[in-house]
Amino acid sequence: MLRKTLAVATAVSAVFSGAGILMSAGPAMAQNEQFIPGLVYRTGPYAPNGIPFADGVSDYVSLINERDGGINGVKLIFEECETGYATDKGVECYERLKGNGPTGAAYFSPLSTGITFALTEKVPGDKIPLLTLGYGRSESRNGAVFPWNFIAVGSYWTAADVAIQHVAKELGGFDKLKGKKISLVYHDSPYGKEPIAALEARAKLNGFTFKAIPVTHPGVEQKSQWLGIRQDRPDYVLLWGWGVMNSTAIKEAAAVAYPRDKIIGVWWSGAEPDVIPAGDQATGYKALLLQHPAGEFGVHADVKKSLFDKGKGVGKATVATVLYNRGLINSMLGVEAIRTAQKKYGNKPLTGEQVRWGFENLDLSEARLKELGFEGMLKPIKLTCTDHQGADLARVHQWDGKAWKVISDFYTADRSVLDPMVAEHSAKYAAEKKITPRDCSKEG
Amino acid sequence: MLYREAGQFKTTYSADMAIFPIRQDRIALYALLVFVFIGVPLLARFQIWPLGSDYMLRAILIPFLILSLAAIGVNILIGYCGQISLGSGAFMAIGAYSAYKFGTGIHIPLAWFGTEISIAPLPLIVSILLGGLMSAVVGILFGVPSLRIKGLYLAVATLAAQFFFDWVFLRVQWFTNYAPSGSVNAPELSIFGYLINSPIERYVLCLTFVTVFALIAKNLVRGNIGRQWMAIRDMDIAAELMGIRPLYAKLTAFAVSSFIVGVAGALWAFVYLGSWEPLAFNIDRSLQLLFMVIIGGLGSILGSFLGAAFILILPIMLDQIPHALGIPVGVETVSHLVFVVTGSLICYLLIVEPHGFARLWSITKERLRLWPYPY
Repeated sequence: MLRKTLAVATAVSAVFSGAGILMSAGPAMAQNEQFIPGLVYRTGPYAPNGIPFADGVSDYVSLINERDGGINGVKLIFEECETGYATDKGVECYERLKGNGPTGAAYFSPLSTGITFALTEKVPGDKIPLLTLGYGRSESRNGAVFPWNFIAVGSYWTAADVAIQHVAKELGGFDKLKGKKISLVYHDSPYGKEPIAALEARAKLNGFTFKAIPVTHPGVEQKSQWLGIRQDRPDYVLLWGWGVMNSTAIKEAAAVAYPRDKIIGVWWSGAEPDVIPAGDQATGYKALLLQHPAGEFGVHADVKKSLFDKGKGVGKATVATVLYNRGLINSMLGVEAIRTAQKKYGNKPLTGEQVRWGFENLDLSEARLKELGFEGMLKPIKLTCTDHQGADLARVHQWDGKAWKVISDFYTADRSVLDPMVAEHSAKYAAEKKITPRDCSKEG
Repeated sequence: MLYREAGQFKTTYSADMAIFPIRQDRIALYALLVFVFIGVPLLARFQIWPLGSDYMLRAILIPFLILSLAAIGVNILIGYCGQISLGSGAFMAIGAYSAYKFGTGIHIPLAWFGTEISIAPLPLIVSILLGGLMSAVVGILFGVPSLRIKGLYLAVATLAAQFFFDWVFLRVQWFTNYAPSGSVNAPELSIFGYLINSPIERYVLCLTFVTVFALIAKNLVRGNIGRQWMAIRDMDIAAELMGIRPLYAKLTAFAVSSFIVGVAGALWAFVYLGSWEPLAFNIDRSLQLLFMVIIGGLGSILGSFLGAAFILILPIMLDQIPHALGIPVGVETVSHLVFVVTGSLICYLLIVEPHGFARLWSITKERLRLWPYPY
């Protein structure tokens, strides 16, 4: 009987103490602080890719605090929440963090297409911008319909278009694409399905045969897909994987002797954790670059000096890898959006709505990027009310067994193909959700 | 001392058969209902602790209510009728996608007959209930094997439903209205032209559904049909000899259970997520619901709520403890610790009380009746 009493007591006390903690989540904050939330995944099957990105995001925010004392004197407060790449956990994290700080969260970057889709439904109500750097809804480029989504630097449709352009270049011209077979091995989720529409449009335009081959989450089981590829012998395979799925795909490709240099991954399938587990088998594998490569640039010297040398920062193990660098860019765009918005609203903590104005008027010139230490990582980018993407550039890099080597110049995605798709799909979304598109000519 | 039924005489049959025969229980229940229907929305409206921000409503209470509803459904099948099912996630998905199709309008072109079936978008409540109905129909279909296969073998058969519907909603584009990404958005929530947007309205909507269905479920399991289910659960051959038809009893259990689970799925998709993909209803969801009813207590409506609270809320609370106390640990350490602590607590509770929280609750009530005397 004593044990049962103990069990009752445990249960009751667990519920009460926990409830107390849940409810006390409204800490007093100093006034001159801007809160930036971090939805991260440092555990689970996607952690190998989630960790370097989260490190980069966190280190850049720390750098702004340590080196500059914040943005124009407004200190940044950063807090992470573990999503495990799960949509419902991501939504819980979003609800937990959105109200923190004196003015609420400045913006969210979930690094998950699934969470992005769910949050796209929530951010208009909460008035918080959603920065999705190279992922998320491709049609959210249209800021008139998606005022709160900022798919900065590139969308999956951009990626699909650039990948086909690179294939055409390797073959010797767009006319050579005719009759060729290109297959897409994709993560069976909104993330993996996004490029299909763009690739189908390209297939119609250039006359190649396109085939989409799904891989179930988390992607450790893809033998049958690659056996199918061995039978089918496509000329090129595009890989839209994430986490452990990428290295598995490369290993399976090697097992069926599919040439690795005929595989082109998206920019989320082209980082160190994707190739290193596959060992020598990954040599020759190519992937797109979301403009920036791995390696050190101007900003890294500052990160080392202001953070690592003082025993601060979290990314000592992942610094200068592809995804770490992307994390830096993610935070840099967010910080610069806040800085832009401060010019209009004053040097104080800003609300999500004000930061949104900052994103919409973000204009990073060559000189400004050099000043920030991002020269060579990012080309000038300008976001507007109508264009929430701001850039159409991507490159290709190749794994030589030890490091990623950039093997191409910048490609520009063909907007004459993609813009009608953005217009069509965003109009469909607007009709579904009964949104009246904003008139961008009237936005100040 | 306070909790004692001495002096409460029942003079009518209806008083004897009340859901809560003890007056104190009834008063507590009314107080609870008043609190959740009026108190909570008022606290949230005026942002009074503990509902100062809408986090409690949107991230804790709404998912808790919806998962409790799903757990009630699963409990009817597993706890009352003894048919182990691992397909609950699939039935949630059927509810969600059917409600989505009914809510956005259905077009089935029948080119062979030169006509088409076309249904205009239906109102919210109707489409959610129709989602439940579709789920019930499929539930009956997948319940048919239960007449032949029993126990763990049935669990494997229902597992087939889980994977089959995962596949259907990923592959058959008709269900997602040909969305290029396979992710669908719930239509706007409006009842008779009244738009449900704020967390308080969403909470009240879910609460109404949960209260109504909990009441229906409680009355079903107390009545004729519930007794049949329990007879089948305890010993199906004996039940058959007593004149209970296993076909009818088992299939009604599947139907009622899938209906409630389907409605919960539709609410989960429409009210909580807003935008979803089949991954939201994968095998993990089925297992989560199974654990809820096992830990909460098989064969108990109250247990469904307690189990849902434990499985859903405990990890979220544990996740926030280090940060709330100001202990600087990384999020990865915390989330690993959450797994360890939740897992050990589950083991501990099941060793100490294999019948779950519902049994703990009834032991507590027994003690309260005697208190302050030991016997």
